Amino acid sequence: MIEVLRAGALTTVQDLGRPGWAHLGVPRSGALDPDAMRLANRLVGNPESAAGLELTMTGCALRLTRATTVAVVGAEVDVWVGARPGDTGRPLAVPAGAVLRIGPARRGLRCWLAVAGGIAVDPVLGSRATDTLAGLGPAPLRDGDRLPLGVPAGPPAPVDVTMPVAHPTEVHLTAQLGPRHDWFDTVALDLLYGTAYTVSPLSNRVGARLAGAPLPRAVPGELPSEGVVLGAVQVPADGQPLIFLADHPTTGGYPVIAVVADVTPLAQARPGTTVRFHGPQR
Amino acid sequence: MRIRPVGAHALLLDFTAPPPEVGAGSAATPASVVEAWRAELWRRREQGELVATEIVPAAATVLLDGVPDPAATAARLLGWTPAPPAGTTTPGADPVEVPVTYDGEDLPQVAAHWGTDVPSVLRRLERTEFRVAFCGFAPGFGYLTGLPAELAVPRLASPRPRVPAGSVALAGPYAGIYPTASPGGWLLVGRTTLTLFDVHADPPARLTPGTPVRLVPA
Repeated sequence: MIEVLRAGALTTVQDLGRPGWAHLGVPRSGALDPDAMRLANRLVGNPESAAGLELTMTGCALRLTRATTVAVVGAEVDVWVGARPGDTGRPLAVPAGAVLRIGPARRGLRCWLAVAGGIAVDPVLGSRATDTLAGLGPAPLRDGDRLPLGVPAGPPAPVDVTMPVAHPTEVHLTAQLGPRHDWFDTVALDLLYGTAYTVSPLSNRVGARLAGAPLPRAVPGELPSEGVVLGAVQVPADGQPLIFLADHPTTGGYPVIAVVADVTPLAQARPGTTVRFHGPQR
Repeated sequence: MRIRPVGAHALLLDFTAPPPEVGAGSAATPASVVEAWRAELWRRREQGELVATEIVPAAATVLLDGVPDPAATAARLLGWTPAPPAGTTTPGADPVEVPVTYDGEDLPQVAAHWGTDVPSVLRRLERTEFRVAFCGFAPGFGYLTGLPAELAVPRLASPRPRVPAGSVALAGPYAGIYPTASPGGWLLVGRTTLTLFDVHADPPARLTPGTPVRLVPA
């Protein structure tokens, strides 16, 4: 059992999400950096699909009622097991009843906590992930919540150190044009690939909102709703692009100018981070 | 059909009607072509001829996502001819009957847009053979086609902050039923007590793409 002493700004249960239901309007959800969630799970001996916690910016404090192993992967944070400092990126033994504290992110934005056995809340459509858009899965953690733990599947990984997650101050994203780049003026394509954008404070698990040169449209009017993918760069009426992340809606009515190949760097991009787009040919 | 690339793992099949040409015959509507392709792609995936994590129909498109080799898949798609969609009255296609209490506060507004009175609106809705064209907006929210284009109605200028679950509403050429309470700008015509989305049901949504629907009096 996990007792939540301090939930922090936004701490959610996450796993690899619930793909395969988009035709019913169900978002994929899941950890914003699935590779980090997988790594944290491997470190504690879990299957990669086990559920853990995604922590945002402020960290959290948890009491673990049984002796177990945990691992924290992602943002640069301080970790304490009781009064003893621990490290990110490797398995940490936690005695029964000890308090695990994860401090605020010094660099980066989010980290993923795996606990041996995984978080055993009831799955919804094959996933335990909190979907902040559709409201599926457990609600974001609150102080005083108690989360059940599953049975550990195997021993922790025999590693002492892993490669830290990168926290660049400038994020470079590879983006392929389409499907609706023909709704934009050619100037928009030059601006998208040629100017810097900044991550807006309005960004969340649904999407990374960017601020910068507005992208002018060639075709006015509305697009009938169509299916959208992870990484779609949607351009609303104000011309400021929004990159869809894990909790993105399954359909959208604004034209998608391009699709970002890998959105995981955005999981660590704080508001104010510079974003530059490159074509796939580079 | 135009196949548009969507990143490295997806394709968008676009059936948007081209601008009408003088003397052109009556083409199939995008909605019926979308439904034919959705059913065809579903069938091909079941038979192992297509690999796609998601097949997402929408107003005039079908998205294939989680496709390992989009270029090769696009080439194969061009050789497929979908069967026309089954009619809503064909045997085996039993419509889902949604019992509706017609007390929506926007009924007079709908009647005004349609140039008729409220009883005529109800008769029209009850007579219409709807079909779920696609889902979106929220889990289990089906966009129901069946009303003619000339009966399209605008959304509210300012969405309501909270529309109760089960609200039956119209917007554009579509009817829809809110599976859960949410903000919404559709014109409310009634409500149902039918559960439309249940995560423990299989499938979790009552109204899946392609399902025929009748709005019957509660």
